[in-house]
Amino acid sequence: MNNSPTASVDQIHTHISSPKQMISIFVTLLGLTALTVMASTWPVGRFDVWIALGIAGIKAILVAAYFMHLRYDTPTNTLLLVFAVGVVVLFLGVTLADAIQLAPEVEAASPAVTLQ
Amino acid sequence: MSTIIKPKSRLPEFVNPHPVKLQTPSYLTAERGVWSWVFTLDHKRIGVMYLVGILTSFLMGGVMALLVRTELLTPGRTIMDADTYNHMFTLHGAIMTFLFIIPSIPAALGNFVLPLMCGAKDVAFPRMNLASFYLWVFGAVFLVAAMGLNGLDTGWTFYTPYSTTTNSSVISATMGVFILGFSSIFTGINFIATVHTMRPKGMTWFRMPLFLWSLYATAIIQVLATPVLGITLLLLIAERVAGIGIFDPALGGDPVLYQHFFWFYSHPAVYIMILPAMGIISELISAFSRTRIFGYRFLCYSSVAIALLGFLVWGHHMFTSESAMAAVIFSALTFSVSIPSGIKIFNWLATLYKGSISLTTPMCFALSFIVLFAFGGLTGLFLGALATDVHLHDTYFVVAHFHYVMMGGTLMAFIGGLFYWWPKMFGRMYNEFWGRTSCLVIFIGFNWTFFPQFLLGTRGMPRRYYNYQPEFQGLHVVSTIGAFVLGVGLMICAAVLIHSLFRGRKAPPNPWGVATMEWQTTSPPPVHNFEHTPDVTDPYDLEDFELIEDTGNYERGRSKSSVAEAAL
Amino acid sequence: MIAEAAAAAAHSSSRFRAHHFETAQQQYAAAKLGMWLFLVTEVLFFGGLFVAYAVFRTLHPEAFVNSAELLDTRLGAINTVVLLFSSLTMAWAVRCSQLGQQRGLILCLSLTLIAACLFLGIKGIEYSHKWHEGHLWASQYAAGEASAAGVFDRAGTFFSIYFAMTGLHAIHILAGMGAIGWVLKRSLRGDFGPNYFTPVDTVGLYWHLVDLVWIFLFPLLYLIG
Repeated sequence: MNNSPTASVDQIHTHISSPKQMISIFVTLLGLTALTVMASTWPVGRFDVWIALGIAGIKAILVAAYFMHLRYDTPTNTLLLVFAVGVVVLFLGVTLADAIQLAPEVEAASPAVTLQ
Repeated sequence: MSTIIKPKSRLPEFVNPHPVKLQTPSYLTAERGVWSWVFTLDHKRIGVMYLVGILTSFLMGGVMALLVRTELLTPGRTIMDADTYNHMFTLHGAIMTFLFIIPSIPAALGNFVLPLMCGAKDVAFPRMNLASFYLWVFGAVFLVAAMGLNGLDTGWTFYTPYSTTTNSSVISATMGVFILGFSSIFTGINFIATVHTMRPKGMTWFRMPLFLWSLYATAIIQVLATPVLGITLLLLIAERVAGIGIFDPALGGDPVLYQHFFWFYSHPAVYIMILPAMGIISELISAFSRTRIFGYRFLCYSSVAIALLGFLVWGHHMFTSESAMAAVIFSALTFSVSIPSGIKIFNWLATLYKGSISLTTPMCFALSFIVLFAFGGLTGLFLGALATDVHLHDTYFVVAHFHYVMMGGTLMAFIGGLFYWWPKMFGRMYNEFWGRTSCLVIFIGFNWTFFPQFLLGTRGMPRRYYNYQPEFQGLHVVSTIGAFVLGVGLMICAAVLIHSLFRGRKAPPNPWGVATMEWQTTSPPPVHNFEHTPDVTDPYDLEDFELIEDTGNYERGRSKSSVAEAAL
Repeated sequence: MIAEAAAAAAHSSSRFRAHHFETAQQQYAAAKLGMWLFLVTEVLFFGGLFVAYAVFRTLHPEAFVNSAELLDTRLGAINTVVLLFSSLTMAWAVRCSQLGQQRGLILCLSLTLIAACLFLGIKGIEYSHKWHEGHLWASQYAAGEASAAGVFDRAGTFFSIYFAMTGLHAIHILAGMGAIGWVLKRSLRGDFGPNYFTPVDTVGLYWHLVDLVWIFLFPLLYLIG
């Protein structure tokens, strides 16, 4: 907040992105996109999801921090985003764990049908 | 001072010997005409419109409840057939949950009070506020339209596979609820932004009134949980319209997944219902014990704790459909969420202890809340314990439990808050004797209705059943009689408030002698809320006030109260 | 027209400050907080679909892996690049509005809109391919001789998730285009300048979120297997 005696009530002070920063972030994002396409061909078995999520996560952090200005903004806004993602992870984790636990019972009770 | 303010004169308003002349017109009369209300951006007018809407919904849902209870007077058919009965309890639940109780305190009371309590001129986003009201209206239209189309018979929980296959108007109803969800989200966004950015200098987080804390915690839940309901209902509609199959086993889907989705919102939703109510109770108990609230910080932290812990327990609605592992974990977590609620009850009791208690109408409702909510909350523990839940699941024990906490809890607090802020909202005092009488009749009628349902539940009477074994009839008849007594109590309540609009004594700015900022302006307030910038003070320092007998107003003494004092 | 816009922007300072805020900075901070809160709801909204994806993929991995091969990875990758580019132009538009560069602002907003149209066009092509091949959601799944790739157990489930996620995302793109169009119209009127650019900023935040969702959708739907 601007405390100078001549600060107008009508002024907004905030970070302005430089063209250099925006373009370098964009190029990095393109690079990470290429990386994730290549990574999908690597023989890593079950870890392909985690690698894909990891790369996507880095891309997301770059977009959020720089294009969305979170790096230069009040920490409240970053906290909100992190918290929201955390709640989704909670929801996903518990629901998935429950579905996995129930799966054998469901299989045993289901008739053998090939679904399309 | 435990004075109950008696009006000096019982004469109608126009011959009142001490008329209070307002310098500026109030928000009610400043602009006239229907369009000035339809297009208003004034949070006070929006709050009043919400109040009318939700009370109308409450009446509709209440009539349905009485019809349900009448049908249950006899085991077989009493006044309707089985299909109609399914529609009746479904619509009762859906209307009460989505049209009445979730918006009630935040939208009708919160919208009015929050900016005033912040000393602000309006909420952060007035147009979004009006939009949230119109979304409520459109949602209500779609939901109620279902009644006129093919009805709704799925239960308010819309469980699959029945909700995807039944012929009733599920799409209209769920579309309505989807829209209502956005109304709730917009209210939540507005409140969080207002509390973050529009508090006055000197009102730090721990100098905020507890009602603001509770609205803030509620708003967090509204913003985080409601979208999950949105996607759930959207997928349900997609299933009915296009056969997308996510919840249908025949198409490779999973009905338990629906339950996870539904309850991930609907459990936090019950905290949307109760947290603002608890905020009101904190205000009422403090005001009418004429003492500082006990354990202010614990009350703040417990509100946030309830909001957060509320997201960890949704599986306790699914003990009979989820895995054993999940059931054990959710049961353990469910016990933890009762702790912050218990902390609140002890703080309220400690506030009452050695307080100077005046049994005004709002106080009567607050005391009723403490009794009924404690009772209802404790019965939740039996439901949270797996061994007992096996027997109590889907019985009337559950029905009684949630009516005790939602009706004995939230509704009591809502009515108490309505009586408390009524003078501020409409500038009228009401008849205390009949106000307190309505509380007594409601309290008696409520217990008359719902206590027998605990007994019905433990004896095995299932919920949502149209027919029942003859041995249950006695308790059903008792419960139904109680329901009508409860209805009478609520009618007395309505009569008291409506009568006050025409004949009530003009209300002074601060009839209760309370320190929160909304009482520093006239009753009712002017359009821009405050004629003079209000002072930021300790919201629970009540010692300073003196009652002026002939106006019934409490005024601050000369000793303390300035910002400088508050800054120390 | 651009010159008029520039002149109008110079006078825009206090015109848009609402009466209930003390300062423009307070209003700006509140607006951004409000938009971030809305983005939180969007994260939870899409989050539900990610939960459904996770459950079905974990329980039926072969169906997902095999069905994902039926998607056109090239078109998906092109769309990813298109959307990333639109994020760049949107971020640049915010910068232009902050500096009062009216021409740049209008150009960047227009480029963002064009990129969005391109995205939807490519999506439309993908959807029409799936329609012809019969690779639709569960109840409509009818691939037979028409599909060279054949029919897999529970492929319909994958396509239910695919259409639900990309369909909901496309609806958000449409809404975003509407919002950007509105901001573009106001830019042509010269509403924005160094002391008032809030709508550009907040609409930009929404647009970046739409991009963020796609950043996750692309690998999870197109790149598995």
